[in-house]
Amino acid sequence: MIKKYSLRINKKVHQVEADEKMPLLWVLRDILGMEGTKYGCGVGSCGACTVHLNGDAVRSCQLPISALAGMEITTIEGLSAKGDHPVQKAWVDVDVAQCGYCQSGQIMSAAALLKNTPNPTEEDIENFMTGNICRCGTYTRIKKAIQQAATKS
Amino acid sequence: MKKTDSNYSRRSFLKVSSLSGGGMMLGISWFARAKPVESLGELNIEPVWQEVTSFIKIASDNSIKIFSPNPEFGQNVMTSLPMLIAEELDVDWKQVEVEQGNYDNKAFPRQFTGGSQGVRTAWKPLRTVGAAARQMILTAASQAWNLPVSELTTANGMVTHAFSGKSESYGTFAAAAAKLPIPKDIVLKGNQSFRLIGTPQKNVVAPKIAQGKPLFGMDYREAGMLIAMTERPPAFGMRLKSFDATAAKKMPGIVDIFPIKVFNDDHKFAGFDTRSFNEVIAVVGKSTWDVMNARKKIKAVWEVALERKEMGVNNRETTVPSGLESTTKHYAQMLEMSKKPGVIERKDGDPEKAFAEAKHVIERTYTAPFLAHNIMEPTNTFAHYVGDKVRFVAPIQIPDWIMPSIVARLGIPKENISIELVRMGGGFGRRAYGHYMIEAALISKQANAPVKLIYSREDDVSAGIYRPSYQLTYRAAFDENKKLIAFHAKGGGVPESPLHANRFPAGAIDNYLAESFVIPSNITIGAFRAPRSNFNAAAEQSFLDEISEYMGKDPIAFRLELLQRAKDNPVGKTNDYDASRYMGVLELVRDKSGWGKPENAGKKRGVSAYFCHNSYAAQVIDLQVKGDQVTVDQVTTALDCGVVVNPEGAKNMAEGAAIDGIGNALFGQLTLTDGRTDQRNFDTYRMIRHNEAPKKIDVHFVKNEIDPTGLGEPPFPPIFAAVANALYKATGKRFYQQPFQPQLKS
Repeated sequence: MIKKYSLRINKKVHQVEADEKMPLLWVLRDILGMEGTKYGCGVGSCGACTVHLNGDAVRSCQLPISALAGMEITTIEGLSAKGDHPVQKAWVDVDVAQCGYCQSGQIMSAAALLKNTPNPTEEDIENFMTGNICRCGTYTRIKKAIQQAATKS
Repeated sequence: MKKTDSNYSRRSFLKVSSLSGGGMMLGISWFARAKPVESLGELNIEPVWQEVTSFIKIASDNSIKIFSPNPEFGQNVMTSLPMLIAEELDVDWKQVEVEQGNYDNKAFPRQFTGGSQGVRTAWKPLRTVGAAARQMILTAASQAWNLPVSELTTANGMVTHAFSGKSESYGTFAAAAAKLPIPKDIVLKGNQSFRLIGTPQKNVVAPKIAQGKPLFGMDYREAGMLIAMTERPPAFGMRLKSFDATAAKKMPGIVDIFPIKVFNDDHKFAGFDTRSFNEVIAVVGKSTWDVMNARKKIKAVWEVALERKEMGVNNRETTVPSGLESTTKHYAQMLEMSKKPGVIERKDGDPEKAFAEAKHVIERTYTAPFLAHNIMEPTNTFAHYVGDKVRFVAPIQIPDWIMPSIVARLGIPKENISIELVRMGGGFGRRAYGHYMIEAALISKQANAPVKLIYSREDDVSAGIYRPSYQLTYRAAFDENKKLIAFHAKGGGVPESPLHANRFPAGAIDNYLAESFVIPSNITIGAFRAPRSNFNAAAEQSFLDEISEYMGKDPIAFRLELLQRAKDNPVGKTNDYDASRYMGVLELVRDKSGWGKPENAGKKRGVSAYFCHNSYAAQVIDLQVKGDQVTVDQVTTALDCGVVVNPEGAKNMAEGAAIDGIGNALFGQLTLTDGRTDQRNFDTYRMIRHNEAPKKIDVHFVKNEIDPTGLGEPPFPPIFAAVANALYKATGKRFYQQPFQPQLKS
């Protein structure tokens, strides 16, 4: 059923009309034109669509719009104003990306990890990041970038 | 460094004929063919560098724009190819802004991503582009200053006259240089003079990627654009009989639902026209969610397809069999075929006699399943069909290969088709098959609207163009002294053979036999990172490990011994590989990994080496097994790909290849039951994840002066066997069937 919703995304309020079951992923991409959040699987198995919900990393493909009232949503577009979040800077510095498609999801997961665990062990990183798939195989660089961001933030 | 421009300015560039304020756009053209590279190896692509245009734009403020011609899917040619131009142009890399060139045969003669050929084929032509531009700027400066060219030098985008102390930027001379004729004699730098090539440079697109900018086809949008998806048979071997879309059409946001036929019945199939299903139901609507929901309401009737013939471009007919195929049956068929005589691909000496006289024979059979590409960005394309013209925004590896088929299907001339090339969220071969562009164009035409066609992950996994399922049986014959006297490889697959009959160990063994077989199938297959090599290496390098153990030899020493023989006194006339370079990577990986050193005695290690795409790769892996869990401690890779243009990007590729290979070796499989894929998404298709990646990867390059050879594919194949050989050390069990991990006991 189509309903009106008020969503708080990247500290701005957006009024959206959408099917109550429409996942946040498609609200962001198709309605609001915020395409940094990527579609990878639609079943919460790859992490390409990771956003922050009240500061925690969540899969936006699994979040119906009707469940988001009063929540603070942060997408990659809102992580920093100029791409200068410590995790983003580390990603560039470590030259992590190959194709780059999964990386906004990886970065959002990494930023959430560091917020709650500022000095993660290797095991912390591996466990937390396990939900984010990269077919190009940039995992070792992702780990290095997270470690670098941890020491610099 | 300045970053690349967005899609929007990319398009507008082509309309700009000159820069405001007097700039230079180099339209370099010459009809003398640039020196072609040597044989192009596996893909046999004819280099077409007869004319080169529009690679370089210099503004009067001395900002420099370089266009990267090749489609980018993560191999980082958007950095390495412009580096070739910038090196010879003699500019500061920090001055350079890189843009993706759109599909344009006249401007960019070779827009091709595949076969690890990008840097290799661009090595001299793109440096020539930079060198020609530099010479033109020098000539313009010489005329402006009334000084001889011989007294002028260049560096960092500046022309300098040392005697007088004059120094001006390239931008000052750009307008005059643009009016000059193209120089006839273009001199390239010697390798010793490189200032940029060989230095580590970061991916020029990295800042945009880290900000989640809309770089990909999936992200393309414009006013009035509709979303389309396609509904297809639930299983290979089936086809559409009829459908009722009455309920689906009533769903919110749905604009239209109609069937499309990808190719006409009389289509002549070129090599990369493969598509899983020819007739699909297109669903067009306002949003992805609307379309996904409406798809579920379509009542379609599917039927088993009959056997059909497909005519190739050379009137070669292929028979696509009828039936609902299953993986278990494929393996049974391959095993049966391996017991019958195959097609002889190569024979040296008298292998039958040698096997008959052998004191001992070791025979092993290796198998591998189909693999799905699992490109992280699912298949998609934007198309807008207006009048008799169509405009694409397409993630496509090889636009030249699908273009004739688009022309044939749409019945419009090539000039009426434009393709904006977008960054691809992975390719690995999948996006060499551009049928989805035809689908998008047909849907746009019928819907009379700009359309973005997208595949769901389930569509992408279950209707893919897979790495074939393969089998290789090896036999090795030994005399009473455990000397290897004969070698026999019989390889086949569904529906192609993986065999490379002229590769190592051919050339190193007196009595050698290679045979192939194929099993026809209606499962669609195609190129997948290092086609065929990705299985050959797995099987062959596991077998060599096992026979070296029987012979009581160190696995690296044994390989080196065979290669020494191939180098000194090769068997046969045609051996594809260079034994010296092959030995070089084995020696490098041995030394860098500390192979055989006492401090590494307790490690569960495996080694493997392979040649493909004109390059050589060797890997040593250290791993541990606990129950069914594999922990990879370290991978050491040695690579000989000639001169390395960008060591940072090259290392990233080699690291990724190791991780990708370990993942596919341990977990990767696409299996079928009655034509239906058992895996449909990442909840069932097992991909390697963070906690399973190696803790450490070291990459070492052989330093030499050889012109660049392949890089994206060569480090992928050998790791499969390195994993198998290390698993043997860890478990005492040999692994013959991929994927390996399900065979470990928890």
